[in-house]
Amino acid sequence: MFALIFGAISYVQVVGADELKANAWNKRAILQNYCNDRGAILVDGAPIAESVEGSESCKFQRTYTQPELYAGITGYFSKNYGVTGLERAMDAQLAGSSDQLFLDRIGQLFLGNQPKGASVELTIDPEIQKLAYDLIPDGQRGSIVVTEPKTGNILAMVSKPSYDPNLIASQDAAKEQASYNEIIKVPGINLNPSVSGPTGALLAPGSVFKIVDTAAALRSGKYNADSQLPNPAEMSFPGIQYRLPNYAGGNCYTRTTADFAFALQQSCNTPFASIAEKLGEEAIADQAARFGWGQELGDQLKLDYAVSTFPRDLDAAGLAQSAIGQRDVRATPLQVALMTSAVANGGVQMTPNLIKAVRSPDLRVIDEPKPVPLRTSTTPEIASQITEWMTSVVSQGIGAGAAVPGVEVAGKTGTAELGTEGLNNSWFTGFAPANDPQVSVTVVMQGVDITTGAQLTSPNAKKIFEAVLNK
Amino acid sequence: MTQTHADTMPKPRRNVELALLVLALTVSIGANALISIDDQNSFDTDFWFQSSLLAVAALVFHVVLRLRAKYADPVILPIVVALNGLGLAMIHRLDAPGDDTGNNQMRWTLIAMAVAIAVIWLLKDHRVLRRFTFISLAASALLLILPLVPGITAGEILGARVWIRLGPMTFQPGEVAKITLAIFFAGYLSSNRDLIMLAGRKIGPMQFPRFKDMGPMITAWLVSIGVLIFQRDLGSSILFFGLFIVMIYVATSRISWVVIGVSLILGGGFLASQVFSHVALRIDSWLNAFTEEVFGRSPGGSGQIVEGLFGMASGGLVGTGLGQGRPNLVPFANSDMIIASFGEELGLIGLFAIVMMYLLLFTRGFRAALGTRDAFGKLLACGLSFAVALQCFVVIGGVTRLIPLTGLTTPFLAAGGSSLLANWIIVGLLLMISHTARGPVDTTPMQPGRTPEAQKTATQTPAVTGGRSGKNSTQTLPDAPTEAVKQL
Repeated sequence: MFALIFGAISYVQVVGADELKANAWNKRAILQNYCNDRGAILVDGAPIAESVEGSESCKFQRTYTQPELYAGITGYFSKNYGVTGLERAMDAQLAGSSDQLFLDRIGQLFLGNQPKGASVELTIDPEIQKLAYDLIPDGQRGSIVVTEPKTGNILAMVSKPSYDPNLIASQDAAKEQASYNEIIKVPGINLNPSVSGPTGALLAPGSVFKIVDTAAALRSGKYNADSQLPNPAEMSFPGIQYRLPNYAGGNCYTRTTADFAFALQQSCNTPFASIAEKLGEEAIADQAARFGWGQELGDQLKLDYAVSTFPRDLDAAGLAQSAIGQRDVRATPLQVALMTSAVANGGVQMTPNLIKAVRSPDLRVIDEPKPVPLRTSTTPEIASQITEWMTSVVSQGIGAGAAVPGVEVAGKTGTAELGTEGLNNSWFTGFAPANDPQVSVTVVMQGVDITTGAQLTSPNAKKIFEAVLNK
Repeated sequence: MTQTHADTMPKPRRNVELALLVLALTVSIGANALISIDDQNSFDTDFWFQSSLLAVAALVFHVVLRLRAKYADPVILPIVVALNGLGLAMIHRLDAPGDDTGNNQMRWTLIAMAVAIAVIWLLKDHRVLRRFTFISLAASALLLILPLVPGITAGEILGARVWIRLGPMTFQPGEVAKITLAIFFAGYLSSNRDLIMLAGRKIGPMQFPRFKDMGPMITAWLVSIGVLIFQRDLGSSILFFGLFIVMIYVATSRISWVVIGVSLILGGGFLASQVFSHVALRIDSWLNAFTEEVFGRSPGGSGQIVEGLFGMASGGLVGTGLGQGRPNLVPFANSDMIIASFGEELGLIGLFAIVMMYLLLFTRGFRAALGTRDAFGKLLACGLSFAVALQCFVVIGGVTRLIPLTGLTTPFLAAGGSSLLANWIIVGLLLMISHTARGPVDTTPMQPGRTPEAQKTATQTPAVTGGRSGKNSTQTLPDAPTEAVKQL
């Protein structure tokens, strides 16, 4: 009996102690470090989160200089509500307790200096971040992710609605609580666990998922670049009433068979449903997994994220709907961006990365992540074929709004119907220049009608392409 | 019986006790001083007043032992004083400005020590208690029913109905009931153990008792289940039943009783977890403590235990130091979770030391049981020291998430008057039993005073309690129970 007690105490206090200390609910660590000089989070040399001189009782106060713009990335550092986002993922570095900072700690110990944390520099481009954020109208729910396909670096990652993390890092517990309760009421803001739209919102991808179908078709060997696909106005399934229609707005009705280029340009549904029917669920699911559905996103993102899903055990109608990104297919905006980036990067998906460098208080670089391939999504041949067709979507198809004069832009639109009548998730995902991709842009606007969706996605992507390429 | 020689005369060892007592007081007052340093007004009159009160009370107790029970075990009192003193310091440290828990605990400590002294002074010999076997049963029942009686009950506090109102104070009669129950079990089993032991049929390697001898077992089971249902007190329920199982095992050394008992309590516990939501919640918040839904649930969530684990984890090997941690983050940091507070501030080492003290106390109690020559005393000492040990196990096991957390107090440490009082009475009884165990055996001219009186009492007892079985079983037990004691 007493032996059991000794064992249990040893377990809690020594063996399992680190795990318990790292638990997100454990406020002791934050109370311990709350008033220390925590390292800054920097974007292009300027702090977006820093510790400034505080009051007598608490020497340093955490502040966020552009709170709403970066809330989804920094997270918050709260005494009562814990730590989220990069503040949590990079806590060891920011607080200065990381093993890499061991020598600095020894120095502090002997010199009696205040403990000081390392600073974390992000890959974010502040101008693009600001532009992207402003492109989502206030009151509109949406996310934009901008990445470099060749490195996996994230240049901008924004979503609305956003919130002010300063309000949840306040010294005044009552004020903090009031703000917290106010913020969690806003639909689309998730503070517990704290993930923002780009990494956390699981949305029906709609027609952007057709990139997966196309890659699966070419990979199977049953289709080639010249294949003609059946393109009936609607598809029926044995035993049920449901009919899967083609997109009514475009020019799909003009042809009863279509090649890949036409089907993608006009975003016809039935050709891709027929591909899925022919290849089977396994082939589509497998290709989706190769693009990252159901997979981890590597360890350089440093943010909590939701894992995108492709449903299994589908009936014929379910498979057809899933093939066009409806039904229970779900993807985060970041996942769609990774898919597009893989196509742009010759089929190789790079690990998404937010960290440019971690610097000790004396500005010595202690960590500098290098680009790391995450997985091979498809072959270079298939990637370049899909790129060609995606280019024609912008040059000749319904993605024309994203065209940038003098630059070849590859893109794909998507309109995922929501349950509510007439409202959709409107997507654009693409990259430019098509022959030497420098940037990929993924835009999603939630709960918009078709016209608004068209105005808010492709034309906004164009503005971001221009901004990045003109730098 | 035993021959007494001058060179093997038992030694009182009161001076050893005095030395240990000084050590215990140094620990207690030292802890209080460490806390006082962190305070705004360090070493104020409060500190000196409290420290000297504790010291004086401990020394008075020591003097009483010198006068009344000079062969008592010299280790028991210092251990208990050290534990109580540490508890006082920690409770004092956890008091927010304006809180009075520390002073209240000090008052109760003094009351409890006074009562324990009174027990030693007035009772003179523990065998007297045997006369009250069935009165004790009645008293236990009364004490357990009291919190349910309208007018006296303090109502439901924190989900349990175990308190009664005594003027401005509340009191948990269940704490005292564990003593009266132990007296009853000891008295009953010492009279009837032969019957229980010998009758019954053998199935396989185990001998099962006759059904009609199962009476007390069923009674004990009903009592613990009743406590669980009506008072919603899982901890006491386990304690009462565990107490009975151990005492019957010690009395008969029949493993079958333990098997029957454990299966009964498991069955009862399983049923209870199905029927009563508060039991099910306890088990759920034990198994799934780290799931979000359970963590945030109120009442019946795991927030308390998880916060306690966080506290202990932050203490690590050496602890944060007294007054340096944040045990206040844990709910009930000064009562149910005081072990977590100690774990945080004193670390693994400090907590091991505390558990060691309990272990020592437990072994000293058992040593008294082994040494004493009457069956009643043996069983009583076993039962009482086991009750303390089991209570520690249930509490510390609960806090460390070894078993589900139940609302029992940590003996001597936790804030709570009834628990202190009951445990000090137990200490008084154990000291008295150890006095007879270690004292000289027969009435030599060198040992005038109490022993003849005690002998007289002992011969009287069968007339009072032995009537039912018609057997005089006050004689020394055969070796069997002693073996059982060794196996525990």
